[in-house]
Amino acid sequence: MTLVTGTGRPAKRAPRAGPGGRRPFGGYGAWFLVLPALIPILVLSVGPLLYGILLAFTDAQSGRTASAQWIGTLNFQDLLHDRLFWESFRIGLVWAVGVTVPQFLLALGLALLLNQELRLRWLARALAIVPWAMPEVVVGIMWRLVYNPDAGVLNETLRDLGLGDGRDWLSGLATALPAVIVVGVWAGMPQTTVALLAGLQNTPRELHEAAAMDGAGAWRRFRTVTWPALRPIALAITALNLIWNFNSFALVYVLTNGGPGGRTRLPMLFAYEEAFRYGQFGYAAAMGCVMVALISVLLAVFLVGRLRGGDES
Amino acid sequence: MRTSKSARAGQYAALLAYLAFLALPFLWLLSTAFKPPRELGSLHPTWIPRNPTLDNFRQAFDEQPLLHAAFNSLLAAASAALIAVLLATPMAYVMARHRSLLGRAATGWVVVSQAFPFVLVIIPLFLVLKNLRLIDSVFGLVMVYVVWSLPFALWMLVGYVRAVPPELEEAAAVDGAGRLRTLVFVTAPLLAPGIVATALFAFITAWNEFFFALVLLKTPEKQTLPVVLTHFIGAEGVADLGPLAAAAFLATLPSLVVFAVIQRRITGGMTAGAVKA
Repeated sequence: MTLVTGTGRPAKRAPRAGPGGRRPFGGYGAWFLVLPALIPILVLSVGPLLYGILLAFTDAQSGRTASAQWIGTLNFQDLLHDRLFWESFRIGLVWAVGVTVPQFLLALGLALLLNQELRLRWLARALAIVPWAMPEVVVGIMWRLVYNPDAGVLNETLRDLGLGDGRDWLSGLATALPAVIVVGVWAGMPQTTVALLAGLQNTPRELHEAAAMDGAGAWRRFRTVTWPALRPIALAITALNLIWNFNSFALVYVLTNGGPGGRTRLPMLFAYEEAFRYGQFGYAAAMGCVMVALISVLLAVFLVGRLRGGDES
Repeated sequence: MRTSKSARAGQYAALLAYLAFLALPFLWLLSTAFKPPRELGSLHPTWIPRNPTLDNFRQAFDEQPLLHAAFNSLLAAASAALIAVLLATPMAYVMARHRSLLGRAATGWVVVSQAFPFVLVIIPLFLVLKNLRLIDSVFGLVMVYVVWSLPFALWMLVGYVRAVPPELEEAAAVDGAGRLRTLVFVTAPLLAPGIVATALFAFITAWNEFFFALVLLKTPEKQTLPVVLTHFIGAEGVADLGPLAAAAFLATLPSLVVFAVIQRRITGGMTAGAVKA
């Protein structure tokens, strides 16, 4: 999914009245145009979302003939004491932050470079897009080849450099999570870079030149001219990246399938197994609700903190 | 602006580091795809295969029904893209031209739908599709893909519609063209490039998608390419590396080609609406 910037749509175009006050499509005409998309959205997106919230309060299971019973908040009480779930949630947070922060810093660096008049820029632009176009499953497979203990290029390079024999990165208890985080950073960099680059190209060049004339160094120019213009986009893309990364599934499913010993079991993998391996639909739905609620709270805190920080400075 | 020589050198060094980080894993995938088994087993793998071979590709097709899976993927992705664009274009038009409660609600949904985790949607969706007897059917998967690509399609298309001056439509109305006629003969041709780009993007997302396909398709003959690719990796995580790499490379080609075609439009369209906030 690739909606990059979620903020501030310009809302200035008021409905224009055509000649004689006639709009091209008003009243029933508009409904006629909207309904074909609206019905599937309601049936297959809004409906299931509400249904999912209801399911969290039932004991629904897959393959059971008797209909599900209301059990109130029992699922949530169980969840509160489910140590495995909270461990998975913690791993999800480490993963989400561990991917989003380097992703942002690296993408910012790359976007700043691509905004310069450098040779090879075309090549970097083309390459920066490649991870975006690749299926996540292929990204996972590709990095498995890189990390492969025998035939992988990472260990071979380490051996060549005389840095030991290398290791089995994806099945080591200590290395598995950092190793998948690197893959997450690689896979998500393009979208972030493209969004930031678009923001950079919208910062006024004259301001930059004026600041340079006044003798401001590169760092000062970045802080006083570039960053203020870039901030809204940076905030939006970071918030979205946090959500996307927290919800990510395919990469880690292919790389480690949650192993070794659950060290990379992201919440999505956990809920997937609960629902489709053990058939606990109600319980898994409750997990989904808790994930959404907690992530919304964390995100709200992050955004409010950031926005306030901006007003003071 | 002046940039000192040492700063320039630093910039180039950084750029090269980025190029290496981005490109090397992909080159390694390519290299592995062309290596014979003996080199894959050797303790000192090389970047360039010493005896390049196409055996891995042949073996990949023997081991898994790749062609069939590719056909399933193509069918699902192409229908989803086509339907998504057919449904989204009229709605995007209304959203762009009329400010209404509905439009705002739709925009809200576009943003919110990015945030909720699939797991909360997939279970009820699974139950709904099961009642409709659309589990384990490509048609059910297409329906899910359509709804799932609508937010992005709407986002892109609203931007493209806004770029078409309403004055053109007004002029057509003055000349006596009816509403539908205006839409079909004036607006649609101007939107065409944007619609094609949006459809191609929806195609790539559906072609690459894994989670819904994993949950919704059970029969091996119906599974799409990403799901079939994971079958190369055995239960213990042991994989036949050569054919795995070959198949993975082939599965990426369509996305890469399509993406190369629409890259400029996508990156432009995506940010057009948001940047000038």
